[in-house]
Amino acid sequence: MYDCLIIGSGGAGLSAAIEAKARGAKVLLVSKTPPTWSQTCMAQGGMNAALKDADSVSDHVADTLKASGGLARESMVRKLCENAGETVKWLDSLGVPFNRTEDGEFAQRALGGASHKRACFSQDYTGLKVLHTLFDSAKGTHRRDDLFLLELLVEKGSCRGALFVHRDTLETEAIEAKTVLLATGGYTGVYKGYTTNSDFATGDGIAAAKRAGARLSHMEFVQFHPTALKSSKALISESARGEGGYLLNSDKERFVDELLPRDVVSRAIAEQLEAGREVFLDIRHLGEEFIHEFMPQEAKLAKFYEGVDPAKELIPITPAAHYSMGGIAVDDGFQSSIENLYAVGECSDSGVHGANRLGGNSLLEITAFGRMAAQSALQNAPSKAEEFSGEEEEQKRWQERIEALQKQQGRENFYALFRTLGELMFHKAGIFKEQTELEALQGELDRLETRAQKSAIGGTKALIEYLEFCNTLELAQSIARAALQREESVGAHFRKDRDG
Amino acid sequence: MVKVTVAKSTGTQSYEVPQDAAVTIQEALHYIKENLDPGLEFDSGCRSGVCGCCGVRVNEREKLACQSRLEEQVRIEPLRYHEVIKDLRVKRHEETLGECYLHEYSQEKITGEDAHKIELQSDCILCGSCYSACPVYEVNKSFLGPFALTRVLKYVEDRKEADKKSFIDGIQTNGVWDCTLCGECSAVCPQGISSKDDINVLRAKSVQAGYSDPNFQTMDFGFNPGF
Repeated sequence: MYDCLIIGSGGAGLSAAIEAKARGAKVLLVSKTPPTWSQTCMAQGGMNAALKDADSVSDHVADTLKASGGLARESMVRKLCENAGETVKWLDSLGVPFNRTEDGEFAQRALGGASHKRACFSQDYTGLKVLHTLFDSAKGTHRRDDLFLLELLVEKGSCRGALFVHRDTLETEAIEAKTVLLATGGYTGVYKGYTTNSDFATGDGIAAAKRAGARLSHMEFVQFHPTALKSSKALISESARGEGGYLLNSDKERFVDELLPRDVVSRAIAEQLEAGREVFLDIRHLGEEFIHEFMPQEAKLAKFYEGVDPAKELIPITPAAHYSMGGIAVDDGFQSSIENLYAVGECSDSGVHGANRLGGNSLLEITAFGRMAAQSALQNAPSKAEEFSGEEEEQKRWQERIEALQKQQGRENFYALFRTLGELMFHKAGIFKEQTELEALQGELDRLETRAQKSAIGGTKALIEYLEFCNTLELAQSIARAALQREESVGAHFRKDRDG
Repeated sequence: MVKVTVAKSTGTQSYEVPQDAAVTIQEALHYIKENLDPGLEFDSGCRSGVCGCCGVRVNEREKLACQSRLEEQVRIEPLRYHEVIKDLRVKRHEETLGECYLHEYSQEKITGEDAHKIELQSDCILCGSCYSACPVYEVNKSFLGPFALTRVLKYVEDRKEADKKSFIDGIQTNGVWDCTLCGECSAVCPQGISSKDDINVLRAKSVQAGYSDPNFQTMDFGFNPGF
């Protein structure tokens, strides 16, 4: 039996696996895709660490708390910020090619909401390079890249493993372990078509934890990134504004301080869009050379999707769902409300983001906390694991469900329903929310669920995608409920009916 | 309407995709799956050309589906020399990466120039395009291949790596000398990486480390010393 089953192999899962292996634990790292396809690869801007003399851990803590709208947990924020320097050095020692200054110090750039230039970076490919370095460093870890999480195996209030379905054979497989760590990523996939995130970000781990009875928290807090490309929702990093980029409306006028926190900037942009104006990012004045050197990825995406050369033209943008602050509620040791079930990274609500995440804190969270969560899970794991007694029944139940889904018939097209879900969520549980709309949304979500059951599922991969869609639907309900309950506006959650 | 032909596992099939339904090849594939052929399988992730899951061949050229515009009459095939899971989905050749990780941290001071030196090699997204374009696989399935050798150079050129020798030792068989330097890998790389150039650098470093091109050695033995 494994000491630790880690589910999800992005930056958090890999960091946890490397740490667990270094501690001599028997680890299995399971994911629905190869590690390098994870959302982590899309992080561009950088990762925060107070390294300069002028900066300090307490400034980093203060900035994080301020962005969080007072809803972050100070003990966890402190833990995160205190470990930032060490984590950057750890990643550096594994081979992450962080940009350097002329004197060989870590180069650091300004991101929104930060009181200092604090984000260490590798061009605008920080996430990609961190992820691939972790992937290389996790060499030799026992891994499975083809298992989709169905359920967590919980007995007598304690998690003993998980049930998966093989992506290609559709056979179910139960894996037991002394302790289980979820690192399955966020739920912005709920905003299908209106998110900067990967198609894989469907919150599978959070949905499974919810079904197992784990407490979720802060689900109403979804961060909308101010600058996604208008047509594709591909991300243009905050560093574009950090380095001096402007936001302009159709009248070519600036309308907001570009370096305010993301939620404020996103609302300002949304207001412009609602008033029928277009919004553009202007980085022309940064110069072709600077753009080529520091924003090669963004320049490429702008050219490809919008057909504009950012050195010469304005880039059309829109806000899009970017990061989910909420998730599985965990304590200071990363344990969920279920014993032996731990969570880390975007799938968790570790208390460091509160109502709004500070740019540059997510890469830090997955790597610093990824290691710490593995430590905590291993330290607290039972020395002898008890077997899950209902494994056979659970396997049988899911085999039957899968067979039934394969035979499911009807005129509905669940892909179209998935897009409808994204549209509904963006407009009714997006940048602006209000009670009547949220209540209407709940009814619409119920109807979507009924309609989903009347859609035919065309094949093996389609079945996995259908299960992903079901997970997003479940989480959409959680978001709507949490958004209704929180009547005050705070951070990324803005109730128009209270503060409009 | 644009005619999109897909080499599926069960045989080649053509579809008509409305011009306004898709900007990219990947959007066209989504349109087909959602409206015409729900059984069609392909991988789709970040839509930003950075996760590397959507490498395919478009009109006999390796491309990322999410970064290629839908043009008239396209034929889409899975990457060559890869095990096809189904339709356009393939299993990536992770095994060629071998011992690619930082072996021994040198603790040396890193300069801006050092970081810059391995910038391009660390841009690789492991999409498999270079592997599919490489003609060496026609004759040698054990060739380490372009992306793996580029990654070796990333570690060899990294001042933080103190153990460069084991990397050089590891690329002598089925490695740098098996490449034909045709440059196909460089031509198809969506990240603008030239594995061919990287292999040339690794050859020079191999020679510095005392290795020599085995092809020339064979030729030497071909001469008759008594002639």
